Amino acid sequence: MLIAVILALALGTYAFRFSGLVLRDRLVLPDEVARLLPMAAAALLAALALTAAVTEAGAFAGFARPLGVLVGVVLAWRRAPFVAVVVAAAATTALLRLLGVP
Amino acid sequence: MRTANRTAVPALVRDVAAIGVAIVAVGASFGAVGVAADLPVAAILAMSALVYAGGAQFMAVGLLAAGSPVAAVFAGLLINARHLPFGLALGGVLGRRWRDRLLGSHLITDEATAFALAQPDPAGQRRAFWLAGVGLFLAWNAGTVLGVLLASRVGDPLRLGVDAAFPAGLLALLLPALRDTQTRRVALSGAAVAVAATPFLPAGLPVLLALVGLAVLTLPGRRRERAC
Repeated sequence: MLIAVILALALGTYAFRFSGLVLRDRLVLPDEVARLLPMAAAALLAALALTAAVTEAGAFAGFARPLGVLVGVVLAWRRAPFVAVVVAAAATTALLRLLGVP
Repeated sequence: MRTANRTAVPALVRDVAAIGVAIVAVGASFGAVGVAADLPVAAILAMSALVYAGGAQFMAVGLLAAGSPVAAVFAGLLINARHLPFGLALGGVLGRRWRDRLLGSHLITDEATAFALAQPDPAGQRRAFWLAGVGLFLAWNAGTVLGVLLASRVGDPLRLGVDAAFPAGLLALLLPALRDTQTRRVALSGAAVAVAATPFLPAGLPVLLALVGLAVLTLPGRRRERAC
């Protein structure tokens, strides 16, 4: 049963990944539509980032995480290096949790 | 971050490594959670290597432990459905060779997609995709092995704040694209819809719902002219 679950998940996930890739080559898309694909990906990634920043299991994630993410985004906005963005976000959240912020 | 405009390989390696460290920590936590849920070690390692999707793996282990294997498959696939539009957006990036497509498909993740699409030119996109794809796959699986070995001694990654590292990294990679007005309107309205829907829908669906953000393109642009 366990093997079946893992294989179903693995094959299904691979199918999503592969079919998007192959569809892109098979479909002859007008430029207008092709232009939308990176925008769609940006919308999905932004949604992923924001929901991960503020929610946990469908509810508010607490303040420590969104504040850490905010620090990272401000740094990114100010053109800080990527490594600084990631480390500052994690460090802020870790520090806030250490101080007892949920 | 305008690291995105720098296509130099050392800079890219450093950036991918920053996310890679966080991924090792979360992978270790997955390994430890798997051991705690009494899954066989082979099953835990196979999941990380074959499914290779963190959110779906945690969800599946939770539902397996709760005795709902069918729900584990459906919930996991719902979370992973976003990889299809990622594949569509990455289409040209992986090239036309079947070997590259078959292998590259498996390496599509949120972060690899973000690293690739943040690059300004096709050659840079290809380089960023493969570097992030291979690097993060190794990080995730090495982390899982570490977690299985250390099991109960793996600390809570939340204490290190790694849960803030991923959204911050993704948003930093997205910033250059968001300078385009249309992309910004689509992405921000889509993200707002997803956050608003999160309390009410099963995991995975709110993020897919962000695609309705594309609808803002059909709205007339804000015009200032007035008939006088």
